[in-house]
Amino acid sequence: MERQTKDNALFEQISQRLERLSKLSPHNQDKDLNTQLSKKGINRRDFMKWAGMMTATMALPASFVPLTAKAAQIANRIPVIWLHMAECTGCSESLLRTEDPSIDSIIFDYINLEYHETIMAASGYQAEQNLKNAIAKHKGNYILMVEGGIPQGTEYFLTIGADGHTGAEECREAAQGAAAIFAIGTCSSFGGVQAAYPNPSNAQPLSKIINKPIINVPGCPPSEKNIVGNIMYFVMFGTLPAVDAYNRPMWAYGHRIHDLCERRGHFDAGEFVQHFGDENAQNGYCLYKVGCKGPYTFNNCSKLRFNSHTSWPIQAGHGCIGCSEPNFWDTMSPFEEPIGNRLFHTSYDGIGADKTANTVGTVILAATAVGIAAHAVVSSLVKNKDEQ
Amino acid sequence: MTKRIIVDPITRIEGHLRIEVIVDENNVIQDAFSSSTLFRGLETIIKNRDPRDAGLIAQRICGVCTYSHYKAGVTAVEDALGITPPLNALLVRSLMNIALILHDHVVHFYTLHGLDWCDITSALKADPAKAAKVAFKYTDYPLVAGEDELKAVQKRVTDFVKQGALGPFNNGYWGHKTYHFSPEQNLIVLSHYLKLLEIQREAAKMTAIFGAKQPHPQSLTVGGITSVMDVMDPTRLAEWKFKFEKVADFVNRAYYPDLVMAGKAFKDEQSVIKGCGLTNFIAHEEILLSKDHNLLSSGVVLNGDLNKLYPIDENLIKEEVTHSWYQYENTKEVQLQPYDGQTNPNYTGFKDGKSIGPDGKPIQTKLLDLEGKYSWIKSPRYNGMPMEVGPLASVVVGLAAKNPYITKIATQFLKDSGLPIEALFSTLGRTAARCIEAKAIADNGLMTLNSLIENLKSDKATCADYVIDKNKEYKGRYIGQVPRGMLSHWVRIKNGVVENYQAVVPSTWNAGPRDNKGQKGPYEMSLIGTKVADITKPLEIIRTIHSFDPCIACSVHVMDTKGNKIGEYKVDPAFARI
Repeated sequence: MERQTKDNALFEQISQRLERLSKLSPHNQDKDLNTQLSKKGINRRDFMKWAGMMTATMALPASFVPLTAKAAQIANRIPVIWLHMAECTGCSESLLRTEDPSIDSIIFDYINLEYHETIMAASGYQAEQNLKNAIAKHKGNYILMVEGGIPQGTEYFLTIGADGHTGAEECREAAQGAAAIFAIGTCSSFGGVQAAYPNPSNAQPLSKIINKPIINVPGCPPSEKNIVGNIMYFVMFGTLPAVDAYNRPMWAYGHRIHDLCERRGHFDAGEFVQHFGDENAQNGYCLYKVGCKGPYTFNNCSKLRFNSHTSWPIQAGHGCIGCSEPNFWDTMSPFEEPIGNRLFHTSYDGIGADKTANTVGTVILAATAVGIAAHAVVSSLVKNKDEQ
Repeated sequence: MTKRIIVDPITRIEGHLRIEVIVDENNVIQDAFSSSTLFRGLETIIKNRDPRDAGLIAQRICGVCTYSHYKAGVTAVEDALGITPPLNALLVRSLMNIALILHDHVVHFYTLHGLDWCDITSALKADPAKAAKVAFKYTDYPLVAGEDELKAVQKRVTDFVKQGALGPFNNGYWGHKTYHFSPEQNLIVLSHYLKLLEIQREAAKMTAIFGAKQPHPQSLTVGGITSVMDVMDPTRLAEWKFKFEKVADFVNRAYYPDLVMAGKAFKDEQSVIKGCGLTNFIAHEEILLSKDHNLLSSGVVLNGDLNKLYPIDENLIKEEVTHSWYQYENTKEVQLQPYDGQTNPNYTGFKDGKSIGPDGKPIQTKLLDLEGKYSWIKSPRYNGMPMEVGPLASVVVGLAAKNPYITKIATQFLKDSGLPIEALFSTLGRTAARCIEAKAIADNGLMTLNSLIENLKSDKATCADYVIDKNKEYKGRYIGQVPRGMLSHWVRIKNGVVENYQAVVPSTWNAGPRDNKGQKGPYEMSLIGTKVADITKPLEIIRTIHSFDPCIACSVHVMDTKGNKIGEYKVDPAFARI
């Protein structure tokens, strides 16, 4: 009953939000959804199927499907500015892989992608003008998405434009008028690979560069659904989603990989791949003992997978490396060894292994590691006993 | 009176790139300078870690060449440890490579390079019925180029333009006089541009079938591959095959015909057909079709002489930093072999000065220090010489090696487009070479899949055993051909951890600054002599630079931060709090 009331309130909130949005300087005069869709060459049935999928993805009740559809319809009124900092462009590539909705319909129909260096036609001064104009024209209304870590201190590790301004300056300027800011990928969320020890360029997360609320969408890269889903969330609610301690949206990062893993049954049964290429690997046993970090990693990979559900690391037999967790390059490595079997930072040959144990995050992680390891060992013993 | 033109950011690439050119009173480029403006330092980060992690970290060098560096990192460690992975693993890795190269080339031509050749505003004026007929001139079975389809594309884009929010198309160099497609030809390419956005998703799934995801696949391990269940599953093999056929079909019915069309339409456009300046090429064999048989050939071609092919001597691969923001310490050598490579940053910044502003008038800006250091990219040299790498090098070396796959398609292309063989050594030729390579893969790639299916009947091995002896020192390297050219990763292992790691990547070869002898790299050489029609809209510059498919995060090197002793590990509490 309480749940029902909550849902109704939420429904009302979204409806009001959409009402307000639809009054924002519309590009399309035609308000009828069906006409809109057919104009854009989209089959309505397919569209509603997509809306249903997105609604489920965001853990909303099925009654919200029409709202998702409407949100998508008017989403093209939301301008998006996407900046590239110290990164590998993997997050942009992930965005390009989105299938429902496809990247062309996102660009043509749902958002107004004002600046994105990987796909925009303009270069040089013309590109810089696009950014400047977008910031001025859409002040207070645009979504800012940042990909990559930001070199700080020696900021000249990254300069952009004829006048050689730094990446940090560009972020600060674009952040000022943004309605919402998303750090896309582990690099802008937590610093990422370039911030791994010894962090040669002093790369920092976006949250260290600007003083505004930031939603982190980590992953190396985040799945295409987690990127697009966040745009939709903002369009619908007009507010930022509920987040966890690391500012990750709960709808995407609320569960551990381990919780919904397809190999979880083998974990509980004590059936493990002992080394890559063994018979257990052919049988699809649990990858914990070859280093899977699924028990310590919060993400929805095991539910949504990648590349339109084609696969994900555990299906491909490798095991999770924990890529949506802060500092995972340092805390989760070596990636092909279980955490429970070792002290931290054996990646440095065990040197100074205990120096990090005084940090809160690591202690929690370490405690979890011990628990998981104990479970793995116990279930493994039980299994061996059964076999005898 | 010379003028300085700056183009920064160069967009539709991976990474951050700045080009500066000096033009004379006729706007002909006299000198050119290529600068990467981003430093990340991944090779330093790989140091002192578990060698098994090298591939996963090296992969994050680039999310576009995502699989290339993964495979290179894992293979370099295997080479060091003396491991040969089972044939199944090698063939699956080749399948993933096929997927990546196909993906990269089609994405490059349409998404990244296409708008340099295709004027969208002109496409909106085309007659779709006429365009549908034009499409048949270049292929018997045009893809998404029927009258109805072209009409729908035109309407969709027209409606979009009418909304007034041009998004990614905003502020392009539309109407520039060096666009040479007719409105109808522009409409055909625009239709393929949109179709490609769907096709590239399929191509990416090909990598993901055996690789978990794309970008950043996760199924290689030192010794072999982990996706054993996918490999043993006939439905997964079939899934790969059908997606391959879909992408190959796009290459044959859209990509190749469009390149032939471009060859004919742009054959008199000096800015894309004039020679590329530097005609030294190096390429490595790659794409395992069966046990001992590769699709692409190895070798070195000097001064564009296709009659002589030299074998690669890997000891002659070296890097120098005279004009790069690094310095070599404790050595008198100017150039270092990658096993002993070092990268100590030495940022000297920009100089203040005058350049041409957005309105064509001189303004005060930051300028590259042409006499000093001006890029985060090193200058790789082969036997002291700058070399071009990439699909053009692969095609040139293939021709010199009389590689049957490459020769057949390159000859066909020259015949179909009516271009002389000299035309290959140009911006247009470089763009065409990428298509020739893609078509060679599209026409022959299924051989790899068939070899795998055949081998699986009697051999189930996917991973080789090995040990890493902490008391032993190892060194090894990967050299191969990836979408943007010859790639090498070099690793030394000591005490069971990585002691030194260097990646000499394609964009470093092509985008590097001058060396101590003043020899320029391929980007710089290719621009010299180009006439810029409108200095406020330097389309000719970005078109030529895009023909290399710049991938700059890859080419940005390491530093060994002073004061960060490798033997000490510290976590800054500020980081730990995040």
